[in-house]
Amino acid sequence: MIHSHPDKARAFVADDERAHWHDKALWFVRVKRDRGAATVPEWEALRTAAEGIKAHTLSRLGAYLEEFEAKAAANGIQVHWARDGEEHNRIVHGILERHRVSLLVKSKSMLTEELHLNPYLEARGIEVVDTDLGERIVQLAGEPPSHIVMPAIHRKKEEIGELFHEKLGTPKGLSDPTVLTGKARVHLREKFLSAQAGLTGVNFAIAETGGFVVVTNEGNADMGTTLPRVHVASMGIEKVIPRLADLGVFLRLLARSATGQPVSSYTTHFHAPLPGGELHVVIVDSGRSQMLSEAHRRKALSCIRCGACLNTCPVYRRSGGYSYSYLIPGPIGSVLGPHRDLAGHASLPFASSLCGSCTDVCPVKVDLHHQLLVLRQEAGEEKLIPLGKRLGMKAAAFAMARPGLFRAGGRFARWVLRAAPGLARFGPAAVWLRGRELPEAPRESFADLYDRETAGKPEERS
Amino acid sequence: MGKVGLFIPCYVDQFFPRVGLATLRVLRGLGLEVEYPRDQTCCGQPMYNTGCSREARPLAERFVRLFAGYEAVVAPSASCVSMVKLHYPELLGGTDEVRRLAGRTFDLSEYLVDVVKVTRVEGEYAKKVGLHRSCHGIRELRESSSSERMDAPFDKTRQLVSQLRGIELVELDRPDECCGFGGTFAVTEEAVSCMMGRDRIADHVRAGAEVIAGYDMSCLMHLDGLARRDGTKLPIVHVAEMLEKARLSR
Amino acid sequence: MTARETILAALRASGAEPVPAPPHPVPVKQGDPVARFLESVTAVGGQSYRVPDLAALAAGVAKLPAWSSPRRVSLVAGIPGGTVDLEAVDDPHELADLDVAAIPGELGVAENGAVWLKGESLGPHRAVFVIPEHLVLVVNAADIVNDMQEAYGRITLPRPGYGVFVSGPSKTADIEQSLVIGAHGARSCAVFVVG
Repeated sequence: MIHSHPDKARAFVADDERAHWHDKALWFVRVKRDRGAATVPEWEALRTAAEGIKAHTLSRLGAYLEEFEAKAAANGIQVHWARDGEEHNRIVHGILERHRVSLLVKSKSMLTEELHLNPYLEARGIEVVDTDLGERIVQLAGEPPSHIVMPAIHRKKEEIGELFHEKLGTPKGLSDPTVLTGKARVHLREKFLSAQAGLTGVNFAIAETGGFVVVTNEGNADMGTTLPRVHVASMGIEKVIPRLADLGVFLRLLARSATGQPVSSYTTHFHAPLPGGELHVVIVDSGRSQMLSEAHRRKALSCIRCGACLNTCPVYRRSGGYSYSYLIPGPIGSVLGPHRDLAGHASLPFASSLCGSCTDVCPVKVDLHHQLLVLRQEAGEEKLIPLGKRLGMKAAAFAMARPGLFRAGGRFARWVLRAAPGLARFGPAAVWLRGRELPEAPRESFADLYDRETAGKPEERS
Repeated sequence: MGKVGLFIPCYVDQFFPRVGLATLRVLRGLGLEVEYPRDQTCCGQPMYNTGCSREARPLAERFVRLFAGYEAVVAPSASCVSMVKLHYPELLGGTDEVRRLAGRTFDLSEYLVDVVKVTRVEGEYAKKVGLHRSCHGIRELRESSSSERMDAPFDKTRQLVSQLRGIELVELDRPDECCGFGGTFAVTEEAVSCMMGRDRIADHVRAGAEVIAGYDMSCLMHLDGLARRDGTKLPIVHVAEMLEKARLSR
Repeated sequence: MTARETILAALRASGAEPVPAPPHPVPVKQGDPVARFLESVTAVGGQSYRVPDLAALAAGVAKLPAWSSPRRVSLVAGIPGGTVDLEAVDDPHELADLDVAAIPGELGVAENGAVWLKGESLGPHRAVFVIPEHLVLVVNAADIVNDMQEAYGRITLPRPGYGVFVSGPSKTADIEQSLVIGAHGARSCAVFVVG
């Protein structure tokens, strides 16, 4: 295993102050989410409805995509289909080339991260500027996003001030978020005004009306699609929903789950190009139809990318986005990555205590922690579990299938722990003992106490 | 009522026999006929959670054989119960026998509240207590509401122990965050696991707890191991031990 | 096969059992929608005002500090004093130094302070709602709905081809979760409820 979550996590945890800072910043978002959700009396019913709408849509996804395509075309939107990243990137590049685009402004799209669009376009001489503040920060730093909603959540404000000083020529020593945001506004406004095309993701595409919705707080998607005449929107096949009215359900859940806001600042509905402009939608598969064809993976396609499962995950908060080998970190990434390529992300299904907080927080009720458990079984079947662990489990299962052996072994182990506690460091408990003590080993097991209790004999104090 | 099969998880049997005994006494104190099938070992959860369903399956099959005849199966461990209740049907296939057993296997608190219908608890436990509700109790067995879900709050364990005279249940900043045990996670992801546990202990200490109470000894074993290593004076107690000397009635 | 055919064939072959579409929950009404809307606008970082009629609206807008800046657009019949005629602007890039725009909203949403702006209300340039430094939105008291589900019951698409919910000013919390108003769009958002 080249990339192992435990190793990266250990390194993150080693900086105790920073790890706690990261944990608290994200827990704060979780608390805001709780407050936001609590203002909606029908919250749980909305989650159930959202789950149901997604399940319904996924059960006839082809038909809804065709409906979307037909309606969108009637609205003057040009619809393209791409099997994979290469095809998607080629289509996007073709559109940009035709319009002689030298500068593309992008709003946040995890899909284009997945498809590596930026390097593809940059290699072909197009300047690509991510315009979401967090995305711009990580782009300037040459890093991938460490969170799907707050891409630069791992960066301290002083570090961002330093980065802006280096890359944007701002004065040294800035760290006030308002000042830094103001600098970014000036820098990016110039980009918005000089770009010849804008690219956005798609939060929801509506089959019934042939349009789509993009949600931002900053207004960057709006700046990027109202000034340049060409707008390209990239969407995964799973983004379509049946009806306009379904937005009422999803939008009540999305922002509250993501940040605790009752709705994002801008929820923009695109159903036609700018007058005299062009609007392109690229519908991308990239492994999604494969996931759809396997019933136990299907549900993960319901994700609406709110990031709530990251914010609530006690492991994500304490290990950071870069400890995950898949580009989407946290519980949903630990499900999506291994569903696509288990061998490539074999440590991710195990990067969870299976506490289930992700499942309960998910606005569309993806059963994340159960999916992780299912993926663990697949990893077991495919021998992707470290050998030591596998042999340990085999040995334990062997003993546990033989009560006599279990009881004798237990008695012996407890005797060793009492007689020579130092020996434990050399046994299977070595890792446990790095940061923790073992429980004290009693002389008698429960089975011994049970016999005495049932026979009415007094308990022997050990 | 028919016989209750007492399910004492392997590590409780070996390391926390007093918790098993307290559970037995609480149940017998209610006049129930309780039996401990001696051949029980491990429910298979460690193997299953590690992805070794091949190794877990024979243990689950043994468990079903040993416990199929009981009216109810009760354990002082929400986590092991959730293995039987939720995962046996998927591991063994949902045969009638497995489904029946899954439906009749309970953690102590839910058995007392939902089946025996205990409403009154008379006893004493004069301490400031931090209640650590394990994740599997909350989000698998639904023994209490989870902080993520927006439905009406409830807590079966709290319902019982809050009646003890002199008890003060402290309020935590993060009411139901995971302690980081997580079975083999505690070893596989040792660094994060320990940090999670230390954070949990710090929350209890900040809230003024003198003791951490819980219904899953695995979480408590992990927290106790950390507290003792760090020299934090915060003993652990299982809910069964708190209820052992109390009078429970309907 | 084209990409379209390949993808649709894969989806057809996916073997997903048909799942019926569920009903939407019926939202609980929470108090007077207008009062709640005014509160929500404030909560999302905007300023909210209630005025009895168009005369009071004009007076209220005239008093806004933002309205005293030189480059103003008014798309609202009851608000005089615009200085920039959008019809005379060929290219939205020329709006880069626009100070303030007043735009009529179709409806307001009590639960989140959002105002629905439909494409045709934006005049010839969609950018008008996002490019100015300040935004003034106007909505009739009778057009305040309780929640987003009710709002979508009233919105008709695709007739405008374009539409946007604006909830307060532009904002970001991308630096250490500190809320900063005025990321790319308007730095302030005043919402007037008339009636």
